[in-house]
Amino acid sequence: MSNTLSRRDFSKLLLSGVAGSALGLFGTSKSAFASTKRVVVIGGGFGGATAAKYLRKLDPSIHVTLVEPKAVYYTCPLSNWVLGGLKTMDDIAHTYAVLKGKYQVNIVPEVVIGIDMVKNTVKLKNGKTLGYDRLIVAPGIDFKYDAIEGYSESVANSQMPHAWQAGSQTTLLQKQLLDMKNGGRVFICAPANPFRCPPGPYERASLIAAYLKAAKPLSKVIILDAKDKFSKQGLFKKGWDRLYPGMIEWRSVALGGKVLKVDAGAMTITTELGVEKGDVINLIPPQRAGKIAVDAALTDATGWCPINPVSFESTLHPGIHVIGDASLAGAMPKSGFAASSQGKVAAAAIVRLFQGKVPAAPSLVNTCYSLLAADYGVSVAGVYKLAVDGIVEIKGAGGLTPLDADDNQLRQEAMFAQGWYQNISQDIWG
Amino acid sequence: MAVKPEIRLTASALIFAVIAAGSSALPGDCRASSNSAKNATARQSESSPRGQILALSCASCHGTDGKSSSVIPTINGRSVEYIETALKGYKSGDRPSTVMARHAKGYTDEELRLISEYFGTLSTTNK
Repeated sequence: MSNTLSRRDFSKLLLSGVAGSALGLFGTSKSAFASTKRVVVIGGGFGGATAAKYLRKLDPSIHVTLVEPKAVYYTCPLSNWVLGGLKTMDDIAHTYAVLKGKYQVNIVPEVVIGIDMVKNTVKLKNGKTLGYDRLIVAPGIDFKYDAIEGYSESVANSQMPHAWQAGSQTTLLQKQLLDMKNGGRVFICAPANPFRCPPGPYERASLIAAYLKAAKPLSKVIILDAKDKFSKQGLFKKGWDRLYPGMIEWRSVALGGKVLKVDAGAMTITTELGVEKGDVINLIPPQRAGKIAVDAALTDATGWCPINPVSFESTLHPGIHVIGDASLAGAMPKSGFAASSQGKVAAAAIVRLFQGKVPAAPSLVNTCYSLLAADYGVSVAGVYKLAVDGIVEIKGAGGLTPLDADDNQLRQEAMFAQGWYQNISQDIWG
Repeated sequence: MAVKPEIRLTASALIFAVIAAGSSALPGDCRASSNSAKNATARQSESSPRGQILALSCASCHGTDGKSSSVIPTINGRSVEYIETALKGYKSGDRPSTVMARHAKGYTDEELRLISEYFGTLSTTNK
């Protein structure tokens, strides 16, 4: 990537935005003191929609355009609750009506096909272009379908859904579970780190087991994992023993959990230990930053986007901020909560940069609730600070629901999980 | 390849600048937010960027501007004293909670005060 930076690009990097204004070396860099204040946001998920709303809320003189092809956005958080029969797809659906009406965000239902970093424009699939003074890229994740032999996007859309972007994939997996016979075997194939929503596969196993326990009690859930440990492991394993004894089996890498190959026609999975046949196979492939971030060369060799943690401005392309799952945000997990927290930090930083000021030190937070049953919730929290080597977790803060939490606390956490979803949805799209 | 170290240097220098600004700006921010309580709009955008950025995190569970529409308590409408006492109680463990102790321990007493002043001042303005 860096060897394609022209001399002009490099000068622009030094002169523009954050670097120039923070160091006080260059008085009048273009994007820090632009006469117009136009921000284009690519992606209307947890990160992008938050940034769009908060830019308008913090400084109504900023003109904000949100480019998102989907008219209805289905959230990944709570999509496992849909699979467990606790929520419907309508419960996790959000639109951009309030952002448009109340916050006057210009909503453009289009796909971005390119970014011109010299002209500061975004090219849309319909042929039109949008100019920006600062750009926020919040494309979420994309899947490395070719990482597993026999898997592909068309296999995901037919026999083996990933359901790791909510919507038709969630509905497909749900239908397969509903159609499955009593005594069937459900496989959940979880990827290695890093990936979107670290506790997600295990919440999914729990809530699928909740459905099966009630409707098809002879069935089993088997997690094939490309890891040797996972998020909230102690809490999940304890909960599974209590709630679903004998129903959920977790196979680590050491126990042959890594998926080498799948056969969609035969509905089989090949691991180091042999071939398994599944009735439902939910394969969550390895991931990288969303396509536009890759196409625009905002990613590094990891497949994710390096950023300056003060403002979430790309360290590869000045004037472009990358937030959410696509970014390399140090100790922060790839969660909807984290993306929204980053969206606020980026919005506040951009407001300051337009004023020619140094951004405030960021305050970043995460809370991930997971449900094991309707009245059984656990959480992990983190508060983050900026250190010289990036975003780190503040020691002594954050952490997990205690392993010895009583039923009352587990019930309260389940209640707060739902409360959190209602409020963060309202904070972002409402 | 040659330009890459330069980019990193620039980013690191910025981080140093902001860490320094973040810690040294705290006492000034406190004064600023008390003085400008009469004009919360100006305060929000001008006087206490530190208080504001800390408080924005709270909205992810407690709702925009601390107005909850769920079982999670509303902060908006509470006094500075109430919020500060609650937050410090969570931090010390005197006040029982599920997740709030884990959050409150991530902030200095000064930061908890800034958060309380932010929401306390918002609610004064809204009356």
